[in-house]
Amino acid sequence: MAASPAEYVTHHLKHLSSGHDDAFITMSNWHIDTLIVSTLLGLAFLTLFRIVAVRATQGVPGKLQNFVEILVEFVDNSVKDSFHGNRSFIAPLALTIFCWVFLWNCMDLIPVDLFPLLWAQVYGAMGHDPAHAYIRVVPSADMSATFALSISVFILIFVYSFKGKGVKGFTLEFLTHPFGAKLLPANVILNTVEYLAKPMSLALRLFGNLYAGELIFILIALLPWWAQVIPGLGWAIFHILVVTLQAFIFMTLTIVYLSMAYESH
Amino acid sequence: MQASIPSIVGQMIVFIAFVLFTMKYVWPPITAAMEARRQRIADGLAAAERGAKALQDASSKSDQALAEARTQAQDILSAANKQATQIVEQAKGTAQTEADRIVAKAQDDVSREVARAREELRKQVGELAVIGASKILKREIDAKAHADVLSDLAARV
Repeated sequence: MAASPAEYVTHHLKHLSSGHDDAFITMSNWHIDTLIVSTLLGLAFLTLFRIVAVRATQGVPGKLQNFVEILVEFVDNSVKDSFHGNRSFIAPLALTIFCWVFLWNCMDLIPVDLFPLLWAQVYGAMGHDPAHAYIRVVPSADMSATFALSISVFILIFVYSFKGKGVKGFTLEFLTHPFGAKLLPANVILNTVEYLAKPMSLALRLFGNLYAGELIFILIALLPWWAQVIPGLGWAIFHILVVTLQAFIFMTLTIVYLSMAYESH
Repeated sequence: MQASIPSIVGQMIVFIAFVLFTMKYVWPPITAAMEARRQRIADGLAAAERGAKALQDASSKSDQALAEARTQAQDILSAANKQATQIVEQAKGTAQTEADRIVAKAQDDVSREVARAREELRKQVGELAVIGASKILKREIDAKAHADVLSDLAARV
């Protein structure tokens, strides 16, 4: 690929897309790479967990069951700490978010050129121009994926608000908190901003971290091969922390938002 | 960098499906197994505690029984000792009486024998005296006439 650095970077940042709309927000493009990779990753961990669930023994657990139980218990404790209600939906939700986002983020640790090169071969073999073979395999570096999660959480915030306080209680709180009934417009403005900030910050935090991570990996890949080792290694090791931390933050904030919505404050 | 609305919607549907799957088929069996194990461990610990307590009870009970048995044995032993002494004492008494009786009888026999011998002797001495006297006097003596003299002699022997 005898491309200029700019072309190389742009090439790496283009999605395998169903359309050719270049707008920032598109109504017509499907990000096929994000959809397929994220679904496969989700199916992978769900299959693993389902196998463990089917084989689950109440006797001495095997290593795999132990691992899954540690995860389950960790998530369950995180939920228990801040959410005081029926956990039968929110705990599986938190587990799904944590595992799924963690696996998304892990895709960032795969060498940045591996999948584009493979895909270029396949794309070329299918009779297309390999130069136009685009693929991005880090779902959390795609806003579509992170916003899908955060909008789902946003909807759940309302569901849990209605469940915990009732529609009337929620409306009352929305109109009169935090300044009291006399300053109703201020309350509405503040609450609207607060509610909108939740999904925005949730999605953009994850996206920003992983997008930046991916970009740095791409930039490191532009260095001569002998100069890539040390920065690549350093960034990858640092990224192990980011990968886990961002998954954990997303899960924890989801739990916190939902418990805030459920309980009146 | 692009946000795709169709992708967002698609991802949300996938996400909801995954959450529902986790909620139905992953979370309950695993937590149930964990809860069951927790219960079993708790039961096991309780049983162990009960066992330890039972052991303690049994050992204290056995100690008590042992002490009781020891006292009882002591009692029996001392009773037996007492009885033995009594029997020995009794036997001693009986023996003493028997010995006394035998000795008395022997003394009785001896004295009777002595008396008999003395009587015999007296008789013989009388006869001897008569014989002697008749020999000395070379004459017939009227035994009847001198009987009182003779018996007086015999009584003095």
